[in-house]
Amino acid sequence: MEKNPDAYRKQSVRSDKIFKLAATIAGSFVLVIIALMIFQLISESYPIWESEGLSFIIGTDWNAVEGRESFGALPYIAGTLVTAALAMGIGVPLSIGIAMFISDAPAKIGGPLGFLVELLAAVPSIIYGLWGLLVFRLYFQDWVEKPLHDLFGDSIFLFSGTPFGLDIITASVILAIMIIPTVSSVSREIMKAVPQQQREAAYMLGATKWEMFKLAVFPYSKTGLIGASILGLGRAVGETMAVTMLIGNATGISAFPSSFFKPSQTMSSIIANEFVEASPASLHLPALIGVALILLLIAIVINVIAHLLVTRMMKIKEGAINN
Amino acid sequence: MSTTNEKRQEYRALFKNNVKKRLLVDKIVHIIIFAFVIIAIIPLGSILVEVFKNGITAISYEFLTATPGSIGSGDGGIGPAIQGTLIIIGLASLIGVPIGVMSGIFLSEYGDNRLARNVRFFNDVFMEFPSIVLGIFAFLVIVLILGHFSVWAGAFALALIMFPIVARTTEESLKMVPITYREAGTALGLKKWVITFRIVISAAKSGMITGILLSVSRIGGETAPLIMTILGSSQFFSGLDVPMDALPLRIWRLSLLPYESSQLQGWGAALVLIFIIIGINMAIRYHFANGNGIITRLIKQGVRTKR
Repeated sequence: MEKNPDAYRKQSVRSDKIFKLAATIAGSFVLVIIALMIFQLISESYPIWESEGLSFIIGTDWNAVEGRESFGALPYIAGTLVTAALAMGIGVPLSIGIAMFISDAPAKIGGPLGFLVELLAAVPSIIYGLWGLLVFRLYFQDWVEKPLHDLFGDSIFLFSGTPFGLDIITASVILAIMIIPTVSSVSREIMKAVPQQQREAAYMLGATKWEMFKLAVFPYSKTGLIGASILGLGRAVGETMAVTMLIGNATGISAFPSSFFKPSQTMSSIIANEFVEASPASLHLPALIGVALILLLIAIVINVIAHLLVTRMMKIKEGAINN
Repeated sequence: MSTTNEKRQEYRALFKNNVKKRLLVDKIVHIIIFAFVIIAIIPLGSILVEVFKNGITAISYEFLTATPGSIGSGDGGIGPAIQGTLIIIGLASLIGVPIGVMSGIFLSEYGDNRLARNVRFFNDVFMEFPSIVLGIFAFLVIVLILGHFSVWAGAFALALIMFPIVARTTEESLKMVPITYREAGTALGLKKWVITFRIVISAAKSGMITGILLSVSRIGGETAPLIMTILGSSQFFSGLDVPMDALPLRIWRLSLLPYESSQLQGWGAALVLIFIIIGINMAIRYHFANGNGIITRLIKQGVRTKR
């Protein structure tokens, strides 16, 4: 079949245009979804902002009983931030230590070890929760919480409360375990980006291994390591299932984190616990959606900062190679 | 002369002390770091051992195929949950993969402008969104509008988790295809979409499959968005607009029951789930992951949220 070349070209241009349009639409999908998501969350949680106003953020009451409804999300916001910060405090030094070890170990040890740590990342959150609830909690309660409570329980408020295992510190430790793979593998990547000459120069000055890290690696990779930690923080903030199963699920003012050994609640866990029971007709559902909105905004801020820091570090790396 | 000698001795002692101290610090740091590594490995070992040890006693043919028995009886099984997990993974892929692949094509083939840079950045940020918020979004746009919990809503929520992963891995694999392949196609007078689908994608297939499997292994263990979308049920699949069960949901329900037999069933379900997910993960690692691209990175960092 003979085709007029001009017509063929035209048709080809048209189908390519359609293709490009389809690809662009699919690409922009993520932007549309993000915008739509924020819009939906705002509009669906509007009733709660209208009735509670600012006290939704700074209030501490949480009562879903009809007629006495009052919602204040401050304890949950605090719970999320405290558990995530504790998780970061425990997890980040561990992760950076692991990254140092692996980046410095011979490939024979470093490879399999890195693999094992990364396997931690593949385990689903629900299984961490199950393990934390049925195994880890019992050991942690007997070996860590009770001794600490007996030693400091009366004198330091952080250790007061009943060490029952379903509390802030257990949830934070589980979160720390969960963020280790993320933080350690990003940190490893970032330490790899430090030019070999920097390390050699430090060794040449007579530095020990630790001094080499202190002199050559850390100053160079500071930004990236901070970015990696913040990425871990972002994961910890959004984590739901394991925390829900371990944090003890207090509500209202009693959920305000004031001691390691107190049941609390995070933003994600209150949603997981109450969402299905909340009736769309009452203020309960808008309140939970409002909590989700706050959670999303916090997560976006954390992740944008983390990504900017990590990408900047990687750009420096490319620059270093090009020079 | 004697003073210089004394001074020299003094300096030597100082130097020795200094080196000794530095070496000691170095040694201590070594020990600490080694301890860190051990501390991180213990939970993994413990999780795998406990899941296997407790799970294996629960597994039987009946357990894998039957519907859950009455609460606390220890009878019945997780048949609907396994079926539900497979169905929801399939449906989510049906929605998420085409969008992800097209979006990856956009980023790689038309990715040299401001829009694409923004898309790339927000894709990365979107990947880290708390999955429970995605679940709520699916609830708002599907469950609330249709008026009932449904499989579609769950599939939609999981597709949202899936597509940014597929998009980024697709982009990365397409970029690895040499530009000369595309030029050869152009020289033959092919249209751009024919080049992309017939030449570029077939060259980049294995990387894309890795990305898809990776996203499957990630959504397979996702629980939070399923709570408010497919809700959970104890019956076998009966339609796309009614609630359904899934493995992570079943584990959650079982683990919260105060009966030993239920917890044992929870371990059994966890074993099945971990078997599926670690299995996929290991297979990808063994076959595809060698290099420094985003795929290897994603496997290493674990594309979970938090999820």
